[in-house]
Amino acid sequence: MTMSDIKHHISDSLMAAYVSGHLPHPYAIVVASHISMCDECRSNHDSHLAAGGSILTSLSAATVSDNLKNRVFDLLDEAPPAEPKPQKRQGVYPAPVMEALKGKQPKWRSLGMGVKQSILWDNTEGSVRLLYIPGGKAVPEHGHNGLEMTLVLQGAFADDDGRYGVGDVEITDEDVDHTPIAEPGPACICLAATDSPLRFKSVVPKLLQPIFRI
Amino acid sequence: MMQHALELARPDAPPSVAEIKPNGRTRGGIIKPVTTQAETGYSDQTLWMIAIRDDRDKGAFGRLFDFYAPRLKAMILRNGISGNHAEDIVQDVLLTVWRKAEQFDPHRANVSAWIYQIARNRQIDMARKYNRPVPEELKIEDRTDDDADQIVGLEQETDKLRTAISNLPDDQREMVEKAYLGELSHADIRQETGLPLGTIKSRIRLGLERLRHELKELR
Repeated sequence: MTMSDIKHHISDSLMAAYVSGHLPHPYAIVVASHISMCDECRSNHDSHLAAGGSILTSLSAATVSDNLKNRVFDLLDEAPPAEPKPQKRQGVYPAPVMEALKGKQPKWRSLGMGVKQSILWDNTEGSVRLLYIPGGKAVPEHGHNGLEMTLVLQGAFADDDGRYGVGDVEITDEDVDHTPIAEPGPACICLAATDSPLRFKSVVPKLLQPIFRI
Repeated sequence: MMQHALELARPDAPPSVAEIKPNGRTRGGIIKPVTTQAETGYSDQTLWMIAIRDDRDKGAFGRLFDFYAPRLKAMILRNGISGNHAEDIVQDVLLTVWRKAEQFDPHRANVSAWIYQIARNRQIDMARKYNRPVPEELKIEDRTDDDADQIVGLEQETDKLRTAISNLPDDQREMVEKAYLGELSHADIRQETGLPLGTIKSRIRLGLERLRHELKELR
């Protein structure tokens, strides 16, 4: 499979929200991961940055304090603060996923039926997780509040909206109840972000959802 | 000034790589202006940034500061951040530009796009406790020389993009500005404006479609 097989991309409105920095963190991880895998969206990302740069250049200048320039020049020769080395892609996990994993391998927790998840981030801004779905198995049917973005890292899945292979992003809105099914073959590994906890309908009763954190 | 630079920037024969190498500069801060816009076709901003990157040229950094600091502050103020804090962010952004200058690649991004990206990242990183997710860096093949054609081509394309944005109808231009200046998020649009999300999105899209269409004609 080559990256040119990617058919489902990041929309312009999502990309504009991402480059402007106002996309909630869980979605931003998915967008950064997709760009890492997709040349078309990397080029689109760069175009959106160029638009942002053009708008920055066109702004009327604000007045800056007289001493700001001196303050900055005084710091030019100081040693920059140490920064952690950026993570690199490991296996199927692109660099932004490895950043979220802090360079470690995912810690999987079973959701039953061979389906596993590893939560990368979970707070009031939403959640982002890795999902592991054995070939031929279904992710338990679920609805969700708000937008859900799912990026395929390995294998493929299909649902009512179509087929999603490596690098494809599925974006679904709150009113969609869907049942993704992994294609037969190697397990499907996805990166899934929502702005709220997923609501699974079967497998785990509602009362247990806070315990399983799904 | 940019416009002027680009007017000059249509040499019949592009400058050779040897002509544009910053080999005429003295280390330690002062530009000996052997490379000019007219010779290279580069914008002022690109010339400053290459001098900062290759020669750690503080004179060039001073000029870059004078151009970008007031614009960066204007952008940050529009996000409702107070004046003093806005200047702290401007300071941080421009220090980052100085410290990460070796990552500046004029073949892939013009100076304003590169600084815009740093500014959006730093503003978010400073407001939160965690860093904004960024795409994996492309492995840049060892570039020993700048490809003047490619750099000038990108600058001209970016200039056309700027013209296209300024030629948008007012309401679309304002919407596009708000989107890139971080004044619009999907959640904001849903919760605060009372306008149907679909309408706003289609306005943004219309603006972007027009931009893309204009860009396509360049290729």
